[in-house]
Amino acid sequence: MEDLSLHILDIALNSVEAGATLIEITLREDLKADLMEMEVKDNGRGMNRDVLARVADPFFTTKPKKKSFGLGIPFLKQYAEECGGSFSITSRPGAGTTLRASFKGSHIDRKPIGNLGSTMASLVGGHPEMDFKLSLEKSGNSYYKFDSAELKKELEGVPVDYPPVLAAIREEINAQAAAYALNTHPYPSREGTKGIKE
Amino acid sequence: MPKLTVDDLKKIKEEYKSTFTLREGGYRAKITVHMGTCGIAAGAREVMNALMDEMAKENIKDVIVTNSGCAGFCSREPMATVEMLNHAPVKYQLLNPEKIRRIFKEHVQGGKVVDEFALVAGSETSY
Repeated sequence: MEDLSLHILDIALNSVEAGATLIEITLREDLKADLMEMEVKDNGRGMNRDVLARVADPFFTTKPKKKSFGLGIPFLKQYAEECGGSFSITSRPGAGTTLRASFKGSHIDRKPIGNLGSTMASLVGGHPEMDFKLSLEKSGNSYYKFDSAELKKELEGVPVDYPPVLAAIREEINAQAAAYALNTHPYPSREGTKGIKE
Repeated sequence: MPKLTVDDLKKIKEEYKSTFTLREGGYRAKITVHMGTCGIAAGAREVMNALMDEMAKENIKDVIVTNSGCAGFCSREPMATVEMLNHAPVKYQLLNPEKIRRIFKEHVQGGKVVDEFALVAGSETSY
């Protein structure tokens, strides 16, 4: 995965498969603590203790074995730990799941946020019957919020997966995410890396 | 909430209503982009985006685009399945935005399967 937005898409699609009707995605940045955190919270079926204990095992999956391996969560866990961050999942059967992964903000290997607008448009467009929320927070303050349920109301009957609506969602979120990332950590520190081609 | 302006929304709503078709509600095709971890890592999101852009450009409203998990052929990702009304589904492999645009044009709009991008073609043999 090249950027954070792809991990978010991957994790959120796990929530879709868990039967969620609402997925809340949050990116939190704490400049003082030099930390960036992503959170994906769903109201899906949740996991029992046994499944939860094995969820970060790269070869454990609850999906049909013939098709799936279960690499998405281990990828994210490894990436978070390699960037000086941490990873956690809390879940209970019937009570949904919350996944958190954090990264040291100034870590050289921290991936950029990426095309977050595209991730949200793929989720909303692929599953228009569900609701998605996105929240960008900076040092404890809300920076930007997107709520597909509110948007549906404003659209007054126009489907939320109507392509021009999806294009507008993508553009809007990308513009907001770009502005959010501009005032971020000096990402990533390039000191000592002069001469290395990006 | 997105800062989609009132004008933006108004424009979209007017455009939608002005092109409201009789076929509304009766979809003639469904395109599923496979978005397991393997698909996403291989570029499935770009394929989905290209598809949405193409639909917006052509103002298509009787085709559903959705996503699903891994199709079980990770080495062939990105993949998409095209289901046309009254026809067997076709799975396409090793896609990119350019290929999906062609599939959209030739298969979804033109009704002709793009054999060269299909995962399998031809009938079973006994040997």
